[in-house]
Formats: sequence, C-alpha cells, structure tokens
Amino acid sequence: MAQVLPAERDLRRVIGDGESVPDGEVDGLAEDDLLALYRSLVLLRTYDERSVVYHRQGRIGTYAIFWNHEAIQAGSFHALDDDDWIFPSYRESAIGLLRGMPAATVLSWWRGHPSGWWNPADYNVASICVPIATHVPHAAGLAWGKKLKGEPGCAIAYFGDGATSEGSFHEGANFAAVMQAPAILLCNNNGWAISTPITAQTRAQTLADKAIGYGMPAARVDGADVLAVYEATREAVERARAGGGPTFIEACTYRCAPHATADDPSVYIDAERVEQERANECVGRYERYLQRQGVLDDALMGEVKAEAADVMRAGIAAAEAEPPADPALLFEHALVDPPDSYSTDLAELRRILGG
Amino acid sequence: MGELLLVEAVNDALHVEMERDSSVMVMGEDVGRAGGVFRATAGLRDRFGADRCVDTPLAEAGILGSAVGLCMAGFRPVCEMQYDAFSYPCLDQLITHVGRYRWRTGGKMAFPLTIRMPYGGGVRAPELHDDSPETYYVHTPGIKVAIPSTPADAKGLLAAAIRDPDPVVVLEPKVHYRSERAEVPEGEHIVPLGQARLAREGDDLTLVAYGAMVPLCEKAAEELAPEASVEVLDLRSLKPLDEAALLASAAKTGRVVLVQEAPRTCGYAAELAAVLAEKALLDLRGPVLRVTGYDVPYPYWQIEDAYMPSVARVVDAARKLLTF
Repeated sequence: MAQVLPAERDLRRVIGDGESVPDGEVDGLAEDDLLALYRSLVLLRTYDERSVVYHRQGRIGTYAIFWNHEAIQAGSFHALDDDDWIFPSYRESAIGLLRGMPAATVLSWWRGHPSGWWNPADYNVASICVPIATHVPHAAGLAWGKKLKGEPGCAIAYFGDGATSEGSFHEGANFAAVMQAPAILLCNNNGWAISTPITAQTRAQTLADKAIGYGMPAARVDGADVLAVYEATREAVERARAGGGPTFIEACTYRCAPHATADDPSVYIDAERVEQERANECVGRYERYLQRQGVLDDALMGEVKAEAADVMRAGIAAAEAEPPADPALLFEHALVDPPDSYSTDLAELRRILGG
Repeated sequence: MGELLLVEAVNDALHVEMERDSSVMVMGEDVGRAGGVFRATAGLRDRFGADRCVDTPLAEAGILGSAVGLCMAGFRPVCEMQYDAFSYPCLDQLITHVGRYRWRTGGKMAFPLTIRMPYGGGVRAPELHDDSPETYYVHTPGIKVAIPSTPADAKGLLAAAIRDPDPVVVLEPKVHYRSERAEVPEGEHIVPLGQARLAREGDDLTLVAYGAMVPLCEKAAEELAPEASVEVLDLRSLKPLDEAALLASAAKTGRVVLVQEAPRTCGYAAELAAVLAEKALLDLRGPVLRVTGYDVPYPYWQIEDAYMPSVARVVDAARKLLTF
C-alpha cells in the first residue's frame, strides 16, 4: 500500500515573489525546458484571450475561458511523454495544441463544426469532455488497459473542483485505485463551479483529502506556479510508471474570468479578490521568474507572443475557411455498421433541402 | 453441443469468444470468483485469469466508463450489469459517451463494447430485480440492442454483439435462464443482429414479441389454434429492427398484436406500431393492438402476475382483433 496519510495541506510552490519569498528550482530542468514551458503558457494564454475575442466577434460559439489556468495545463503537460494519454474537460480545450493539434481543429470544435473532430489516437488526447467528471472513469480504464497490456504510458484526467462532487469522479477514482492504474487525477480547484463556491461544494478541508479515502497519494500545489505543477505531476507520473498506481493532484488557482462567455460573474463573485488574483496571474509570475533567472528578455518574450498570435490568426482563418458541414455527417460516423434508415433518412433530407 | 439452458448458452458464448479473441474481457460485479449471480460467467476466471474476467468495484457507471477507456486501449470489454434495474447508473455513461464517442471522433475510433444483463420479471424477486429497460437503451443513438428468447439465440446474439464493431446491449430473459434446455450449436455460432425469427407460422394474425414474451406468445398461439392460425415473430434484435420481416408478416396476416413486458407508454411496441402505421396501413384489417406491462412501477411479487402480460391477455387481444 502506498503511503497516503497525511495529505499535504500546504500548497507546494517553487516560484518566489521576487522579494521576501525566494525562488526555488526544479531538478533537471535546463534553460531550454524552462523556455519550452514558457512557450506553452503563452500559446495557451493567447489561445484563450483570442477565443474570447472571437466569441465577441461572433466567430466561435460559447467558449469556456481558462485564463489563469494555463500553468496547471502547461505545467502538467510538460511532465508527460507522448505515450501518455490526456483526458481534457472543456476547460482544457486547447491542450491538444501542445501535442501539435492544429488550432483550427479546436476552434472548429467551438464553432460547432465537425471539422473540430479529431482521432484521439493521433494525439493521445481524448475528445473534450463536456459532462462533468464523466471522463475520469475513461482515464482510469485506459490506464488500466495500458497496465494490462504491459504498454508504456499513463493517463491524466483534468477536471474542476465541482467535479469532485460527481459520482463519476468517485467511481473513476476508485476504479483507478483498485486497479492500481497508472493514472493522474488533476483537479484544477479554481474555487468556483460556475456560481457555486468551493465552500458550498464540500465540507472537506481540502480536495486532496478525498484521495485518502481511495488509498491514493495526493499533492496540493499552487496552480498559478507552473513549476510547482510540473514537479508534482512529474512525481505522479514517475509513481504511475513504477507501478505505484494513481495520484490525485489538487492545483489551486482562482477563477479570474467568467465560467464561460455566457456567464456574468458580477452577480456572485468578489470583484476585489479577482483584481488581486489577476495581478498575480500565472503567466506574468513565470515571466518575472524567468527574468530573474536571466533566461527571458523582452525581445524573446515579444517573439514568443508573436508566434502564438500567428498560430491563432492562421487557426481562425483555417477554421473559417471550412466549407459548411454536409448533412451526411449527421449519419456517417454514428455507427461503424449503420442501419438502413440512415441512407433513407439522408436521401429524404437531401430531397427536401434540394441538394 | 447438445441441449443447454439459456444461461449455459450465454456462458458458452463467452468461453468461445474469449478463446477466439484475446482482446475480449469480461467485467462486472461478482463475475469472477462467483461466476456471476446467475453463474453466466462461471469458469471464465479459472480459464482466462483474473485480468480477463474481472470482479469490479460495485459501480455501474464506473464499469461502463472504464470500459470506454479500455476500448481506447484496444480491448473489447463485455460488461455485465447484475440486474436490469441496477443498470440505470450506467445510463449516464451510455447516453453521454458510449453512444456518442465514435461520432465525436469523426468515425476514427470504435467502441466495440458489449453490455449484457438479465432482465424482466416473473421470478418472485425483491423490488428492482424485475425491470424491462430495453426502451432506454433502444432510444439512445449509437447503441444496438438484442434480446434472445432461446438458448441458441442467446449464444448467437451475444457472440454477434461481442464481434460487432459498435456498442451493443444484450438483455437476457432471466425467467428463462433455467426454464428449458434446447439445442445450441457447438463452437462458433453467430446470429446476426437485425434478423428476426419466425417462431411459428400462421395466416390470420401476427403476435410480435421478443425475449420472455416469445414463449408466452407461442402458448397463446397454441390456445388460439382451434379458432385462428397465429404467427409468432421473434424480433431478436430491437435495433437494428428487421423491418422487412415485420412488414412481411403484417402483410401476410393483416392483423398485428404487439406484446412487451415493459410499461406501455413509449415502449418498444409504440415504435413498432408507428412503423406499421407508416408502412403497412393498407395491409391491415384492424388496429394494431398492444399487450404490455402497465404504466405503474413494477409491483411486488405477490401481485406481479397481474402486471405481466399473460396468455389470457394476449388471447383476449387477439380475439378482439380477429373479430374487429
């Protein structure tokens, strides 16, 4: 049995504040690695900010904002190998970009266009999961399957604080633990499930405490500290690969943006707190860290941001250039072996549409 | 192979398919050490090991949800839901993912999983061991549904489900798990999905049924024999439906009584009635009638016989239609 008690109460941090709190460092991260992390952070930040703009311009549909969650996503991603499977929720919609998925694909998904489809096996990135926590058992199952086959690779599932109230979270976590599956359950605790604060979600002192009940080790990290997230995930991945089973990571951040473009948090959120958190958001914190380390200057910063902006410009252009989806796509991929009704329904639809 | 009970035929299918394909694994509550509460999976753990016949935690959404992940890892999971009414938690995964995931990947990823469960009443069991939940499954896009009524079909339909590239739900009439032995082909045996079986030929009226209602309809047909020649159509597969067989029988007899154990409203018989209304109207000599469970919760067993469609109720409906 792995040691599961006590769960960590203090948030792990690596990045200091440039004043009284000194910077730490993570073993084994060279300058190139630090900059690769930075590029991922900036790509995600740019994706998110541009997507909100595209939504306001009517170019994509309702969009789930992940501003100030980039450190959780990029930090954990960089602890993975290409063999490892990612199970994103809608909050991690763009994480596939870090595996080389075209921005147009994810933008198309938010445009409600079938060109937003991808083959999960092409990137080892599962489809974006909308119903809360229901992908946690998928990650457990995939990881368990990898273990049964003796194949390398683990699975990481991303979900929010509200997800830990769902039955699927419990069933998935328990399956992962019982099967000693090489899985990482990464909870981005941003304090809010739409308008419901964490205090109305649970009486547990920390979400990491829940892991104890599954016989699962847990870590708590500052979710705005990309290096702390990286380090905690790397430990979890190493444990998974060594046959130590799943790990629960609670990455704490604060939701500084609406839940989604359709949400107006002004009716429930504390605006002052949001301002404080925004001042200490995760990308800026890492920039200042890298500057203190002397590995990032203004020129490089500008270059990285310009590259990310180019990715998004090309991505939205490609997404908008997609021709309208053919109604045949309603039927084409629902079943490998479709019933006769699909062809008769499509023929009738085409006749009525005059196609 | 000789004569087998229906539950033995299920067990035989699992042995044959697991032997044939090492990616097939059985998972569920009590399926391993105990061999299933009905012993449908008996012997599998000894034969194929605890990793291929897995006693899972007691969590139906977890079973089906992890089966989705196992499909992604290249397995063909066969999930047992211990009872019909205990399967409801798995509907969460079934509706939100199992029926949709392939479409979501643009057809790039297949989910060849099977869900099998005992279903139906008449076994004098406690509450929630008696339901006929087929409509929930049939109504979910991306899912196929089969229900055998004989031991040979129980083997053949389950084997077809396991080999099918799409998710298939197989409901097994538990009241007939051990009611009768019948001939079952040895070794590999497939009954393709979407092919109905004419259980009894007749000219005057068709009883359409599936699962446990088929033997009941055969008895009703026998009772009606002195007054009418009654055909019994065993659908075997609810989705895809063998529409041609349904329409052919309706055209032949002109009178159709649909029999289901599930509650009436929006039950599978309602779908069949709609198909007949759309495509067989001019072949019919009278209204399409339904004999079904009532729109009430499945009752305690001291009064379940009053709830269940009976030979008397089927005969009564048939006579109404024959004298319409």
